Amino acid sequence: MALLTFDTAHKPRQSYASMAVLLAAMLVFPFVAAQFGNSWVRIIDMALLYIMLALGLNIVVGFAGLLDLGYIAFFAVGAYLTGLLASPQFAALLESVVNYSPAMGDALVALFGESIRTEGIHLSVWAIVPLAGLVAALFGALLGAPTLKLRGDYLAIVTLGFGEIIRIFMNNLNDPINFTNGPQGINLIDPIRIFGVSLAGEAGSKATVFIGGVGIPSVNAYYFLFLLLCIVTIFMTSRLQHSRLGRAWVAIREDEIAAKAMGINTRNVKLLAFSMGASFGGVAGAMFAAFQGFVSPESFSLTESIAVLAMVVLGGIGHIPGVVMGGVLLAALPEVLRHVVEPAQQALFGKVIIEAEVLRQLLYGLAMVLIMLNRPAGLWPSPIKEDRPVAATDKDEKEEEAVAS
Amino acid sequence: MSELMLNIAGVNKRFGGLQALTEVGIKIAKGQIVGLIGPNGAGKTTFFNVITGLYQPDTGTFELDGKPYSPSAPHKVAQAGIARTFQNIRLFGEMTALENVMVGRHVRTRQGVFGAIFRHGAARREEAAIRARAQELLDFVGIGQFGNRTARYLSYGDQRRLEIARALATEPRLLALDEPAAGMNATEKLALRELLVKIKDAGITILLIEHDVKLMMGLCDRISVLEYGKLIAEGVPAEIQKNQAVIEAYLGGAY
Repeated sequence: MALLTFDTAHKPRQSYASMAVLLAAMLVFPFVAAQFGNSWVRIIDMALLYIMLALGLNIVVGFAGLLDLGYIAFFAVGAYLTGLLASPQFAALLESVVNYSPAMGDALVALFGESIRTEGIHLSVWAIVPLAGLVAALFGALLGAPTLKLRGDYLAIVTLGFGEIIRIFMNNLNDPINFTNGPQGINLIDPIRIFGVSLAGEAGSKATVFIGGVGIPSVNAYYFLFLLLCIVTIFMTSRLQHSRLGRAWVAIREDEIAAKAMGINTRNVKLLAFSMGASFGGVAGAMFAAFQGFVSPESFSLTESIAVLAMVVLGGIGHIPGVVMGGVLLAALPEVLRHVVEPAQQALFGKVIIEAEVLRQLLYGLAMVLIMLNRPAGLWPSPIKEDRPVAATDKDEKEEEAVAS
Repeated sequence: MSELMLNIAGVNKRFGGLQALTEVGIKIAKGQIVGLIGPNGAGKTTFFNVITGLYQPDTGTFELDGKPYSPSAPHKVAQAGIARTFQNIRLFGEMTALENVMVGRHVRTRQGVFGAIFRHGAARREEAAIRARAQELLDFVGIGQFGNRTARYLSYGDQRRLEIARALATEPRLLALDEPAAGMNATEKLALRELLVKIKDAGITILLIEHDVKLMMGLCDRISVLEYGKLIAEGVPAEIQKNQAVIEAYLGGAY
């Protein structure tokens, strides 16, 4: 990490240079990767979404020190919101409402117009993104409210339960009113359309997006959108970190009682942490739904919550560049393995001995254990702040030892 | 007695079967240093925690600077103008000394999410003012050169000073110190004493729990003595020294 530094407070020139280099590399990446097939870009698209998730979770876990094991719930909320408001699903919902109570159905039709009977609701991305953020933030506060007095393990258990509740709701909220279509999930979600350009490409274009006459693959178009959102997320979270609120969050993490005694309204500040974290999760979820075109409860299991938490912890809890790196590693590496391991075994042994999925789990576990043993603060932790001369104290100790012996 | 800064009366606090405080009250005049002493387990810290909102009293009336305040939550007490330190130091260990003091400014500043993200003019000015004031306070308590150090790597005496600076950052009218000299050597105690006098001269009233009788006698304008959750004496240090009940409480009846 010596080459790249993001410590803007202490080495501003170096870190802005690092950012410029990284940005340039990120802008060129899809064009290079596309030479090896679109699936590579697709992997990075997903990695970018996971980075957004990890950065959102980092506010809750990293800054405010509130262990949240149900974070994927907010991702689910954003995704299902998009599924409901940007697909034919609302027509199915309306049908079930009409069966249940015709008067309510008529009221909905009167409110949204006749077309929802057959086509559902199709909101534009400009409405979906803020809405997903807001609704997820609301859910964040809802989760936060009952957990305000809980800490550590107890908080983890309650948040874990919340994550499961949301998933089970998604699974069962298809009767009597069909909100989520149950285990089958919601299909045919609109791709994102920006200024009339669909990022999935128009029908018959073989998933090519034409922007001003230049055609790029759909995955690349999504890549740039997600990259932009990631940069916005990084910008927002780092600004939050270095603000009055960010300090209050860290103060709560360090010593809640002292934070209270310093006049911090810990209830409000903690709720705000939950809400802010959740809103990033919600936006990422909305993007996920539009990108996949399909959501189902399976995508939001506990394993996913743990994976996102692992990104934060492995990368460097509370340190934004570390979290981003954790996200890249844990989101992209398994996919890379999938593409490399099986062909490699095929070439070496003539058959596949260990399946990529099995190996992925093995390596995942092994990596986590090794990292927690050797680098408990994460791969790229916050730089040590104090100007304490570390080397000098070491030397003093050695000298003392020498004298003693 | 001149005008009262703190006027507390009739505080009762019961933990299950233990009556920790019985009808305890205290009056502190503006600009004074008032000490609260008593043998171990007398209820000093409990009383402190009640005043600062950490424990909920069963009964009691609370008045700060002539206005009633409700010790229903610590942050409300801090807002009302009472700042405290802790018997066992409670700093924000992973933050720098400067950041610790900056947290103390939280209650007197107001920028929220919008200001944090967009850093408009008002937010920038507020942030700069917070930083400047925090540095001033570090200088005031004499650890201005350690602003960049992580709080938990500071020396013990400096951590105590930092806690005082952080409390001062909340612009208190009353500063409540829970055993600030605990664990200090003679030199550090002398320096602490100078600092407390300096704070008093800056117009801040001080309530002090301390075991070091020598320090208390020289420093305090008045002293209250607690034993078994009851107030047994109150007066100027010279009176307290001669008070029979106090001597018995500390040394036993035979003396």
